Amino acid sequence: MYYIDLGMQGLVYGSMYALMALGLTLIYGLMRVLHIAHAAVFTLGAYIGVVATNVTGSLWIGFPAAIIVSALTGVLVYKLIYAPLLSRPPLVPLVASVGLLILFEDVFRIAFGNLGLSFESNPYLYMTVTIGSLSIGVLQLAMLASAAIILTGFGLFVSLSRTGIAWRATLANPQMATTFGVNIPQVHCINFAIGSALAGVAGVLIALLNNYVEPDMGMVVSYKALAIIVLGGLGSMQGALIGGLLLGVAESFGTVFLTDIFDRDAIAAVCLIAALMLRPEGLLKQRAT
Amino acid sequence: MSGYLISLVPLLGINVILAMGLNVIAGFCGQISLGQAAFYGIGAYAAALLALAGWPLWIVLPVVTAVTGACGVAIGAVSLRVRDDFLAVTTIAVNFLFLGIVRKSAIMGGEVGLAGIPASGLGQYGFVALVAGLVIATVTLCLYIKSSWLGFAFVSIAEDEHAARAIAIPVPAFKLAAFFIGSAMSGLAGVLYCYYARFITPDAFNFLVSVSILAMVVIGGIGSVWGVFAGAILLTLFPEIIRFAGEYRQLIYGAMLVLVMRFSPGGLAGIISAGALKGRFGRHRRVTA
Repeated sequence: MYYIDLGMQGLVYGSMYALMALGLTLIYGLMRVLHIAHAAVFTLGAYIGVVATNVTGSLWIGFPAAIIVSALTGVLVYKLIYAPLLSRPPLVPLVASVGLLILFEDVFRIAFGNLGLSFESNPYLYMTVTIGSLSIGVLQLAMLASAAIILTGFGLFVSLSRTGIAWRATLANPQMATTFGVNIPQVHCINFAIGSALAGVAGVLIALLNNYVEPDMGMVVSYKALAIIVLGGLGSMQGALIGGLLLGVAESFGTVFLTDIFDRDAIAAVCLIAALMLRPEGLLKQRAT
Repeated sequence: MSGYLISLVPLLGINVILAMGLNVIAGFCGQISLGQAAFYGIGAYAAALLALAGWPLWIVLPVVTAVTGACGVAIGAVSLRVRDDFLAVTTIAVNFLFLGIVRKSAIMGGEVGLAGIPASGLGQYGFVALVAGLVIATVTLCLYIKSSWLGFAFVSIAEDEHAARAIAIPVPAFKLAAFFIGSAMSGLAGVLYCYYARFITPDAFNFLVSVSILAMVVIGGIGSVWGVFAGAILLTLFPEIIRFAGEYRQLIYGAMLVLVMRFSPGGLAGIISAGALKGRFGRHRRVTA
């Protein structure tokens, strides 16, 4: 029973990681940018979710507001910072991205205070649903369900819609895609918007789950999301999904069994190094999805 | 010289040595490392443990430097299997793994850190002289490497690994050599920090420290010894200069990283050499990542 709970807990966090990693791997796949500041968008989503919900009194306004603001921020970051740097060596956008993460963290600190915020009323926090002999929190269930719905919808979008086809074409061969009339800057923009919206969703869900947001909540998540996309094979969407869920489960078991050797944040590092030693190209081989 | 200024000098020296170390790995040999703080930390913790066990500075210094270099070779062995962005993320993971282990280790003081480290026995001015001497030695070594055959081999690996292999350069051996030299320098900086602060905690070696070391190298101009030297001095003094900015310091630091990368991706060395070479050699001198 205990182990099922642990596994469940792992899957909940894993689905958050998967949402984060999916946006990141898309951005990496199309632009070769290790977008560390993705975690800043995640934190922004969480903050906007909490603040807008507290001001308006309704999560149904706070949640969409967070998603929209996250998406717009993602596009702005792309337009202002990354787009002019794409032709530079990869270290240049990487350092800019780290600078952005540091900058955002301090903006949150200055704008919303050092201590972090909570929802004024979070009626879902202690609600549970009982399925058979298993009792699980409503929020955990919502997290799993929304991750599953979003990821499935996203998969369909990429494989069926015209935009999705343009993405895959750009991923496979940017030059050829251009000759077929794909507008690459536009593809990048939509990509950033959707990836950042996913990070915003993950942020609000984590804010609901912990009932707490703080300025530096993104730092560790940024590293874990990077570890996941490398674990899954850079640029691979299925890899990011599987890697995210695996890491979530590994962490929840690891914190119980390995607590004397290293802390929770090191588990991603161990998984990553072990996986790279066995399969340097990632769990799933990189291919155009 | 006032006490404040004299206490700043060892810090400057430590950061210059750290930046030089990363410059050998990332600048000369092209292997991106985002985990330099781990080697810095290994050096500091090893020095602290030996010093607490009663070893004198003159034995601790060479022993720890060599041991950290050996640790660097072990991590470098990872770099033989992964490259570019994979390597960058793997080295982030190494940083978190180091922190995770230190935080849970009773011998290394866990979260609280190690206190009561004996003084260097050189007096304040003696210690400053020691740091200055080691900085001069490190910079000279870097200048020598850059002009030596070893340096040319490093550059050829950074430019194109396959081409380097084709002209019979043993790529793995040289990569490991770069990691040995670079990590040994970081370890040396760690020893100096340990005797400088005489109190070390895991937080002094977190991911942000790795990032600021990378920022020194990239803002200075990756690969250029004097550029990196200037970058390290500038970024160490920068927080002191903008002390008046109070809680906005981190914000300004992050913004500066973003702006320098956005408007001068070659760093300081890029600005200067672009000015000096203007009209004579055109723009063929590319800064390699």
